[in-house]
Amino acid sequence: MKNFIEFDGVSFAYEENEEGLTAETVIENMNLKIGKGDFVAVLGHNGCGKSTLAKLCNAILVPQQGKVYIDGIDTADEDRLYDIRQRVGMVFQNPDNQIVATIVEDDVAFGPENLGVEPSEIRKRVDEALKNVGMYEFRSFEPHKLSGGQKQRVAIAGIIAMQPDCIVLDEPTAMLDPRGRREVMATVKRLNKEYGITVIFITHYMDEAVKADRVIVMDKGKIVLDGKPKEVFVNIDTLKKIGLDVPEATELTHLLIEKGVNLPEDILDIDELYSYIINLTEEKN
Amino acid sequence: MISDITIGQYYKGDSFVHKMDPRIKILITVLFLVMIFMCKNFLSLLLTGVIVAVSILASRVPFRMFLKSLKPIIPIVLFTAVINIFYIGGGKELLSLGFITVTSKGIFTAVFMAVRIVLLIMSSSILTYTTVPTMLTDAIEKLLSPLKIFHIQVHTLAMMMTLALRFIPTLIEEIERIMNAQKARGADFENGSLTERAKALVPVLIPLFVSAFRRAYELAFAMNCRCYTGGEGRTRMKQMKLKASDFIAFAVFIAGFIGVIMINKIFGVVI
Ligand SMILES: Nc1ncnc2c1ncn2[C@@H]1O[C@H](COP(=O)(O)OP(=O)(O)O)[C@@H](O)[C@H]1O
Ligand SMILES: [Mg+2]
Repeated sequence: MKNFIEFDGVSFAYEENEEGLTAETVIENMNLKIGKGDFVAVLGHNGCGKSTLAKLCNAILVPQQGKVYIDGIDTADEDRLYDIRQRVGMVFQNPDNQIVATIVEDDVAFGPENLGVEPSEIRKRVDEALKNVGMYEFRSFEPHKLSGGQKQRVAIAGIIAMQPDCIVLDEPTAMLDPRGRREVMATVKRLNKEYGITVIFITHYMDEAVKADRVIVMDKGKIVLDGKPKEVFVNIDTLKKIGLDVPEATELTHLLIEKGVNLPEDILDIDELYSYIINLTEEKN
Repeated sequence: MISDITIGQYYKGDSFVHKMDPRIKILITVLFLVMIFMCKNFLSLLLTGVIVAVSILASRVPFRMFLKSLKPIIPIVLFTAVINIFYIGGGKELLSLGFITVTSKGIFTAVFMAVRIVLLIMSSSILTYTTVPTMLTDAIEKLLSPLKIFHIQVHTLAMMMTLALRFIPTLIEEIERIMNAQKARGADFENGSLTERAKALVPVLIPLFVSAFRRAYELAFAMNCRCYTGGEGRTRMKQMKLKASDFIAFAVFIAGFIGVIMINKIFGVVI
């Protein structure tokens, strides 16, 4: 598979001196390849560099050492800045601070307008984007009359109207209630499945990370675990050591295994665990 | 309470007035403002009143919406009226109580001022109720674009207006939240002397400013990510096109404007 995002020995610090990077390197010698159409969750506790990683993906930040390539374009190439930003859309934590216009559809149109797209084409893209996130009926609403989850979906529509290949979502669900979180996750999942949009989903919630194809766990600017959810979450000790939670079902399974119950290690959700336990009890009888 | 403020509020509809070109609407509103202050007798005032009434009917925005927009200014209207009654001399003397004299001219001026303020608010409300804010700012940008030759950043001004309109409700919500948080800590905004109450506002304003700056920073960031580079090379989804009906509406309005001038000439000046 072709790599859409490629980090090649990337180091980044917010402050630099004559000798180069300061002691506070936020991203350290990172190598990372993300294929087209992947759904990647990024986990890590506060301050480990997740947002910095996101900003390196659309040339908001450029690494001091190493290179970041987006679809083969070097992010240090200033002439291609807006090519990169159009390809990699960003959704942030606070939906209020990324909605620009006073009417939902005008906000969704903002990106394509900046790109200089033809008016009739913008109309088409806006309607399609709003339908895709299930907000078409709200197109003439004022943003402040929407719920958090709805606002966040409008923000996502504003990004997909630019027809990006990739969306980076930086803790998009951190300020939402459980319902809003489900709405956002379902929307992103659908965009990934139906349109093959590459998704980088930064989150604190394990139940969201479990739904990704690939999970990357970061600590102090480095990738410590990387793989399928089942491969990553069996490393309970590593995860705990860097201060992260483990999905409840995995933790429970782990405790049961310690007590001598015969279960596979990589159970991620309660339903799966439930059916294994039912099977075990039936075998016993 | 504060969230009742109706600045920039849009009332959804598809009336003739809603569909008018926003540039024409702004032009008419500005000219109307001039017209209100050109009225010199009751007949011309009546004509301006009729124009407003017809526009309100044509906009099909319920009348109670206009009453709502008037509510906050009632004290101002009454205050100016009373001041005018007592302080404007001239004309026939109607009442004299010690040092207070009420004259016919005073009463006329009071009525005129009150009606003018009401018409002013109503006409600008027609504009904001029937025009989507983004269209309004786009139209202002278009109308002011000749100023570009003086190197005035017209697009930036219009964008600032859009963002201000967008963030007014958000910041009002925020004020309420901070005030509630401070009340829960025992702050008292209702009692005490004026200076005490003003002091109580400091712990509201500081967090408000801090958060507004943070919002501005994040917003600028998000706009950057959405490829915003200013007005250059930007297109618009909603295009403005002058239609025949816009010209007709404008012509009718100009006829009214000339009517006011004529009435002033023919029937003389009352105030
Ligand atoms: N604009 C900035 N200037 C200086 N340091 C920053 C800036 N943004 C983040 N940092 C620092 O970089 C580190 C990583 O931050 P960040 O990428 O935001 O982490 P995360 O998103 O994982 O919580 C933190 O130690 C933080 O203090
Ligand atoms: Mg962060």
